[in-house]
Amino acid sequence: MIINADVAVIGGGPAGLAAAIECRKNGIENILVIERDRQLGGILNQCIHPGFGLHVFGEELTGPEYAQRYINMLAETDIKTMTDTMVLSLSSDRVIRAVNAQTGVAEIHAGAVILAMGCRERTRGMLRIPGTRPAGIYTAGTAQRLVNIEGLMPGKNTVILGSGDIGLIMARRMTLEGSKVKGVYEIMPKSGGLKRNIVQCLNDFGIPLHLSKTAIEIHGKERVEGVTVASVDENLSPIKGTEEYVECDTLLLSVGLIPENELSRGAGIAIDPKTKGPVCEKGFETSVPGIFACGNVYKVYDLVDNVTKDSVLAGRSAAEYLKSRSF
Amino acid sequence: MNSQKYDFAVVGAGVSGAWIAYELSKYTAKTCLIEKENDVAMGATKANSAIIHAGYDPVPGTLMAKLNVRGNELVRELHEKMDIPFRQIGSLVIALSEDDEAKIRELYERGLKNGVKGLKILTKEETLALEPNLSDEVRGALLAETAGVCSSFEMSVAPAEVAENNGVDLIRNFKVENVSYEDGYTILVSSDGKTVAARTVINAAGVHADEIAALFGDDSFTMTPRRGEYSILDNSCKDLVRHVIFQPPVKYGKGILVSQTVDGNIIVGPTAENIDDKEDKSTTTEGQKTAFDGARRSVPSVSERDVITSFSGIRPIGGKGDFIIGFSDANKALFNVAGIESPGLTAAPAIGEYVIEKLIESGHKFVKKDDFDNTRIVVRFKDLSDEEKNRKIAENPLYGRVICRCETVTEGEIVDSIRRGAGARDMDGVKRRVRAGMGRCQGGFCGPRVMEILSRELDIPMSEVTKFGGGSRMTEKETL
Repeated sequence: MIINADVAVIGGGPAGLAAAIECRKNGIENILVIERDRQLGGILNQCIHPGFGLHVFGEELTGPEYAQRYINMLAETDIKTMTDTMVLSLSSDRVIRAVNAQTGVAEIHAGAVILAMGCRERTRGMLRIPGTRPAGIYTAGTAQRLVNIEGLMPGKNTVILGSGDIGLIMARRMTLEGSKVKGVYEIMPKSGGLKRNIVQCLNDFGIPLHLSKTAIEIHGKERVEGVTVASVDENLSPIKGTEEYVECDTLLLSVGLIPENELSRGAGIAIDPKTKGPVCEKGFETSVPGIFACGNVYKVYDLVDNVTKDSVLAGRSAAEYLKSRSF
Repeated sequence: MNSQKYDFAVVGAGVSGAWIAYELSKYTAKTCLIEKENDVAMGATKANSAIIHAGYDPVPGTLMAKLNVRGNELVRELHEKMDIPFRQIGSLVIALSEDDEAKIRELYERGLKNGVKGLKILTKEETLALEPNLSDEVRGALLAETAGVCSSFEMSVAPAEVAENNGVDLIRNFKVENVSYEDGYTILVSSDGKTVAARTVINAAGVHADEIAALFGDDSFTMTPRRGEYSILDNSCKDLVRHVIFQPPVKYGKGILVSQTVDGNIIVGPTAENIDDKEDKSTTTEGQKTAFDGARRSVPSVSERDVITSFSGIRPIGGKGDFIIGFSDANKALFNVAGIESPGLTAAPAIGEYVIEKLIESGHKFVKKDDFDNTRIVVRFKDLSDEEKNRKIAENPLYGRVICRCETVTEGEIVDSIRRGAGARDMDGVKRRVRAGMGRCQGGFCGPRVMEILSRELDIPMSEVTKFGGGSRMTEKETL
């Protein structure tokens, strides 16, 4: 099956939705948004806490509320969507191969492509924390999905490694759901999270934040039974003699996000080794003409409001690109 | 006692036990395959280098030499029929010193004696032409064309599945803790009081084989657990090496290798450390350093930065310098298959054959089944052409739903891995069979969805889904 589109947007999270809507506003007619999950909205669907929308809407919304505003805006247009659809490949001449249960493998030929695949979390494997490999180790985002979407509690006694925003949010969330959060351990001398999250998610609940400390070993055969933590020196190496055993049945990791650029690489798009996102000259156009990038696939953002603002610009650039080519 | 009665009970569903059960399933004898864990391949089988060795390494005349060479032939013969992932990429033992050059010549001679085909000594230039990323220090290499890489999980899942499909009972979560005797049968009693009766017990309990033997009054060998640590690198590094790269063997084994895996990642390891606890599969900072420092002697550009996961395996060292295969001198109801250290994975299919030979020699009468079938077809969506993908999706729409994005694994494949013979019962079981959760996000995205599928297929609540059986529950309870 071959589908033609003026603009194909890969990813139906906040970035993809804002970019698609902006393309429509700029007169582009045949727009297709491809989303791998069963519904639009991306990671916002599991971010049920407030704090979104202060800059864009001037009011405080939860993640699903913020996403819903864009889903509603999209519904008022004739933008087409394919959900539960996985993109398998993207080529430099803007051919997308995507698969779902209804149409099978489809080829989408697009005039312009907007990349909005978001990011993934760094894992235990990448941190190379020694020790055993029991159940009960999750990235903070996966734990967030389990608690907020699946209705499952990862465990009773939680240690959080890394003080990224998702980790801070999950410290509060796990506490509210009845888990004892023993502490948040951050290898750096300061937290990578927003100040307001440290106040509202840790301080307000009496959860200690341990700076310049990290986990050096994971214990437990079937479930996690504990972690050994230690202070680190200025080279981030553990200091002998400062080891401390913390009993827990759950370890959540909030140690950074990585833009998901496997598709971009497949299309030959140049990737910035520092941001791990596409190198974009201006207007969020990548090194491959006609392919644009926005949101966390471009670089990891702190605030969704900023994702929206930049994605609008990316959508506008894609529209301009198409118009300049049709004349 | 009212136990299910068998002619043969194979204790341990690792690679040896699975291939023994596979061979027994060709005959009318009634067989069960008993495993203490929730899945097959949970011991030494699940964490090793996954190399199919050519057979130049074992001392000529040993069982190891004979079964390695035969096992290598069998893997190359059976892998397509049984759908066991295997790539015959060849191996190189590289020489980095004058001493090493003498050692590879010795290995070459041994190989010839062992009947290994496709061996060749390469010059420095020939070696570097094959493998440009090797160290400049390299002085030559021994090429073994018949060596390859496989999936060590599938090397036991496949024969266990074929065995179950051909009438062998796979009994999971049965830890043999006691034995008694009744009417010519040995009664195996599990830690939770279940029983199984068998005329002959085949002890393929890996690192625990000495404990099983001891229950039968046989203390003729002791198993020493030797831990080996490995790391897997992201598949963006897959062209680092194209063959299995060994250094010449050292006292404790074949040394640290760098190789492609059958899936196109790079594996680095193992270390070799004798430990006390047979279940201690932890990784250590020192071990990881040893592995990478060793690997960099062969391939200087190997880097810790590309690691996606690390793990440890336990090798069962029997201390006799050879495999221990045969009836126990202490108790004729017991047949030991122990000390199956490297090249045990390669040898396993031949071990199965050899066990049957030995049983026949001792007077067992076997009758062949006429309906034995070892055909096994596993759908690997990622490897299909677009036309084949569409055909599968038309047959079953679940093949159109990608669950694991990093490895492109569909719901159809996951359901299949649970429903087929010797199927998956937990998260690790799914991961090992179809790679869901094995990629760069390590199950971050697909984990909750695999949990949903397991819960639905096994008809258990989500909160009872485990990582690897027993108390390894993924979650504690439902939210309030």
